[in-house]
Amino acid sequence: MRGWRLAVQLGCVAITLFMAVPLYLIALAALSSRRSLNEFPLTLLPTDVSGETMSTFLRSTGIAGGLINSITVGLSTVALALLIGLPAGYALARWTFRGKDAYQLALLLTRALPIVVLSVPLARIFLSTGLYDTTYAVILLHTALALPTTVLITSAIFLGVPREQEEAAMIFGASPLAAFLRVVAPQALPGIAASAVFTFVLSWNEVLGASILTLNRRTLPAQVFTTLADSPLAFRFAGGLALVLPALLFIAAVRRYLLNMWGTTLR
Amino acid sequence: MTRRGPGVPGAVWLILPSLIFMAVLFLWPLAVGVTQAFSGPDGPTTAYLRRMLDDPYFWQATRNTALLIVVLLPVQFALALTMALLLRQRPRLAGLHFSIWVVPLAISDLAAGLVWLSIFTDRGYLNSALAHVGAGSYSWLSFEHPVTMFLAVVIAELWRATSLVFVILMAGLQGIPRDYEEAAAVFGAGYWQRLRHVLLPQLRPSLQVALILRTILALEAFAVAQALTGRNLPLLVGETYQWYYTLQNPNVATAIALVVLALSSVAAIGYLRLIRPGPGVTG
Repeated sequence: MRGWRLAVQLGCVAITLFMAVPLYLIALAALSSRRSLNEFPLTLLPTDVSGETMSTFLRSTGIAGGLINSITVGLSTVALALLIGLPAGYALARWTFRGKDAYQLALLLTRALPIVVLSVPLARIFLSTGLYDTTYAVILLHTALALPTTVLITSAIFLGVPREQEEAAMIFGASPLAAFLRVVAPQALPGIAASAVFTFVLSWNEVLGASILTLNRRTLPAQVFTTLADSPLAFRFAGGLALVLPALLFIAAVRRYLLNMWGTTLR
Repeated sequence: MTRRGPGVPGAVWLILPSLIFMAVLFLWPLAVGVTQAFSGPDGPTTAYLRRMLDDPYFWQATRNTALLIVVLLPVQFALALTMALLLRQRPRLAGLHFSIWVVPLAISDLAAGLVWLSIFTDRGYLNSALAHVGAGSYSWLSFEHPVTMFLAVVIAELWRATSLVFVILMAGLQGIPRDYEEAAAVFGAGYWQRLRHVLLPQLRPSLQVALILRTILALEAFAVAQALTGRNLPLLVGETYQWYYTLQNPNVATAIALVVLALSSVAAIGYLRLIRPGPGVTG
């Protein structure tokens, strides 16, 4: 039995190392000076930490703008997806209506639709409507990608808020809207925040659509991706760290909701 | 749990915006895409389709994408299952391990490619580590070494996307009462017997769903290969981008995109058949 426990502990440590060591190494690479990156063999310990590589990356053409575009697109996508998806999620949780099954089926189907199938035709549609190469184009695409998951997550959250409380508020004279805002919304808020983080991550990580729909108004990953072939290694490492860092924050923020969101609701 | 009757019109008004939005951003582009792939300046044509089929890169990309799925998924599922089962044993520092294992959930395939580039590149950390112990260097990502180049992409994808499978299996395992295992243990079943006859059968729905989700997502992988190997290891979605951006031919690009859609649909049909008989879609 003791050998078994030891094997379990060792297995956990081995997997943690597999997951964590690459994160350590990209941070090490991005925080090394250009000079020490040119040496071989590279040092495996942080003996020569320098912000030079990162600051050169951040001052490269299109990076600061890309960062701003990424944040703009991410936040707008969150807002738009919640604006459209939250009422639908509430309706799914509270009512039975004709076509409900078909609607849920459509939501699931869209999740199987590859981004690539939408991106190229959307580029043509946006070219003819004047939306090409704007952040609006990317916001619309990302909202479309996030909408099915937003509806599914919010409907699961609203299912968790007892309907009786809402009805009690209405019996005491609250309008349906007031009952929703005063009784349901406060209880649903943490879950909705987690769903917002999920949407932001989706938008932050999306490369292909953003690269196809824009030329000058690129998001950060699209900018890094489209200039990849012409960039020095130091730039790519810095870009890698810049893209990975927010992931750590996102996961820390929604750790409590991970199993429910990714594990159950979205499966 | 649900309300019938007078609420019906209300529900429709709440659902309608999302329906319109999805019709405009899913159905319209799909229709335009089919037109782009199958009609040229002189009406319907299969010219773009033929051009796609004549391109040697297309077949390489198809082969690589299929190979990636076939090699990656079994290893990925074995690893994810091991991870979920390890945590079920309540090891020390379980919370810390869990936190680190789920970090890749929020990492894009481009970022994963760049992370592993720092390891596999010629003067990167793997060769540096080898040099520190006195071994020679190897060009892991060179097109002259297609096997290690492919394996590098597999490892990067294993690192990035195993968390998703892990989280789905973990949630599935939480739904299995420990009484079942304990009862089996009382009757003398060893760990492997309990795993094979108690846990795995109960975990089957989670395994199936994760399998189809991962198949669909693996069909869409491309930036990880592009970051690690350039165009030396073409994948289907990467080829779409090449045709659209470098070769400036949106028609062939959409044709390839439709192939990806067809392959995903096959997986999605399997997905829906599995999920529909269940008690609830969000369950």
